[in-house]
Amino acid sequence: MSDQFEVKSDPALWEKLGMDVARFSGMPPMLTNAYRGIFLSQQGRPEKMAYFDDMVANIHTGRIQEIYDAKVGGKPVIGTFCVYVPEELVVAAGGICIGLCGGAQGSIADAEKILPRNICPMVKSAFGFKVGKICPYFQVVDLVYGETTCDAKKKTWELLDRYVPTHVMEIPQMKRERDKWLWLDEVKDFKAAVERITDTITDFDAVAAGIKTVNAKRFALQRLNSLRHHNPSPISGKDMLLIEQIAFYDEPVRFAQKVHELCDELEQRIGSGIAVAPKSTPRIMVSGTPMALPNWKLHHIIESAGAIVVNEESCIGTRYYKDLIDEGSTDLEQQLERLTERYMKIDCSCFTPNDDRIAQVLKEYEESGAEGIIDYCLQFCHTYNIEAVKLREACEARDIPFMSIETDYSPDDVGQLQTRVEAFLEQIKG
Amino acid sequence: MQMGIDLGSRTIKTVTLKGGSMLERRVVESGFEPHRQALQMLGEHPQARVVATGYGRHLMQQHAELDIITEIKAHALGARHLFPHCRAVLDVGGQDSKVILLSDNGRIVNFQMNDKCAAGTGRFLEMMAVSLGYGLKDFGIAAAQADAGTPINSMCAVFAESEVVSLKNRGVPPAEIARAVHLAVASRLAAMVSKTGECRHLVFTGGVANNKTLVAMLEKALGVPVLVPEDPSITGALGAALHAGCS
Repeated sequence: MSDQFEVKSDPALWEKLGMDVARFSGMPPMLTNAYRGIFLSQQGRPEKMAYFDDMVANIHTGRIQEIYDAKVGGKPVIGTFCVYVPEELVVAAGGICIGLCGGAQGSIADAEKILPRNICPMVKSAFGFKVGKICPYFQVVDLVYGETTCDAKKKTWELLDRYVPTHVMEIPQMKRERDKWLWLDEVKDFKAAVERITDTITDFDAVAAGIKTVNAKRFALQRLNSLRHHNPSPISGKDMLLIEQIAFYDEPVRFAQKVHELCDELEQRIGSGIAVAPKSTPRIMVSGTPMALPNWKLHHIIESAGAIVVNEESCIGTRYYKDLIDEGSTDLEQQLERLTERYMKIDCSCFTPNDDRIAQVLKEYEESGAEGIIDYCLQFCHTYNIEAVKLREACEARDIPFMSIETDYSPDDVGQLQTRVEAFLEQIKG
Repeated sequence: MQMGIDLGSRTIKTVTLKGGSMLERRVVESGFEPHRQALQMLGEHPQARVVATGYGRHLMQQHAELDIITEIKAHALGARHLFPHCRAVLDVGGQDSKVILLSDNGRIVNFQMNDKCAAGTGRFLEMMAVSLGYGLKDFGIAAAQADAGTPINSMCAVFAESEVVSLKNRGVPPAEIARAVHLAVASRLAAMVSKTGECRHLVFTGGVANNKTLVAMLEKALGVPVLVPEDPSITGALGAALHAGCS
């Protein structure tokens, strides 16, 4: 299996997208190697992971072709970096919502030719992918959805707009009634921006269908997450993270179906006592900033140290799928209000106060049967980094082993992180 | 017989225990092939149960049948053995500085470690000593004897080096700069200890604890006495040897 896996190439398609083909052609072999080493070397993986392996194999080809065909057919293709994007409205317009590249070290040097060095690696990586023309997803989008969740992002969008049309929505940073109304107006503006691409109006039925489709995807992820909480876990944390990452770029209906197929297999595995690690394996929950594909660094360190990751309280994890939208609306205005209410439940650290997040972390810690929390913070992500202070206090008050780390995409600190993770596991084992 | 081997970034330390008491302790330079050096040291006690710790512990595991523990656990075990009432450990080695908090019964309850940055590590002191033309021993002695007056502002090893150079070029006596460097490191370490929460019954381990000037400055900054083992650099190896007895 491991030897057959290969991330595929399609230089003709890349050429059509205006990519730097010569430079990009080095990417698939690199990803192939990393993927074999990190994912395919795992023992006892569920068989239904094959679909997700295939999604990685086709990450620069098959899936891009699908998106390209949709775009040529006049469907809106929107690139995003945040879970605060009303993707229901994109799906309602028959379009595609994709999380953009932003999880690799390789594009950071491109970004640093323009951007300051001391901003978060995700913003730099993403910007570098666009200016270096080395992300097919970036090349295929009609517009990028940007938001104002942090200073680095909101100012970078102004520069990114020179390379690709960037629509910025103002995310309120408090959760008062007036903030909700502000965001409702932003949602309406976004709907209009998507409609301009298709030159049609998305009506009540279309929005209802969009909500249903995205709800179904989120529900499938909820089901998967609750199954992986079983002890012993039927699936590794790395595989779960991968699926959560794929959720941001796969076709939602097919993805939900494949997740349910995997869930069926996991239920059987749980029934017959098949697990990826023994019950005594230390169970770690990861909280904090998101891990854009292919950022697998922390999960790989944790699981290589002999533990298992059992939950991601993160934009790449539960923050993306814990809430669904009420499907009982009777008119379009009500639909948009229900949608806004759902999004206002996201406890991103850009909000103040944000005590709901602390409560959510503790709730997920209980539900996942974790034995310790590692709070992950991308370098220079000030809101999460500072919020870790309150999270630590909450954990200490409950005797929950807690460790916060701040890191980036470079391999420089892997040795040190290994030591810290191993020491944390020693602390848990006593 | 139990043996602990601590493969640090600068030196390899071994401690051999027999019937609970120390039979032998050694400190050698890591060299370019630390695992060969370490294997030779292990070869002298073929019957010993061995536990490795430190930077090179994973490398050792590829070459020999042994258990490993992190240097955080090793220093906690070693410090607690030497000072049974100890509640916190500050370990400053070549690459890392860490603070470990212990419960009443010696369990690790929390720890902090510097991130990928040399500030406040042995390496930082070493670089500053070199740029001032001191050997490591003279560096601390000179600092202790110098007048106050010059602060060092930068804790980044690279920037601090240029700061040192510019102070030298302004005619500030090297000893005075040495003192400033020590003060800067002591204040950084004190902040790390205070942030972790406990500074009473603090044991200072690792090679940097041999620097008496730094220890005195740290005591002043924290306002409490700091306990230093007789040979602080072998504390991790001792902890590993102790662990070999219970694994």
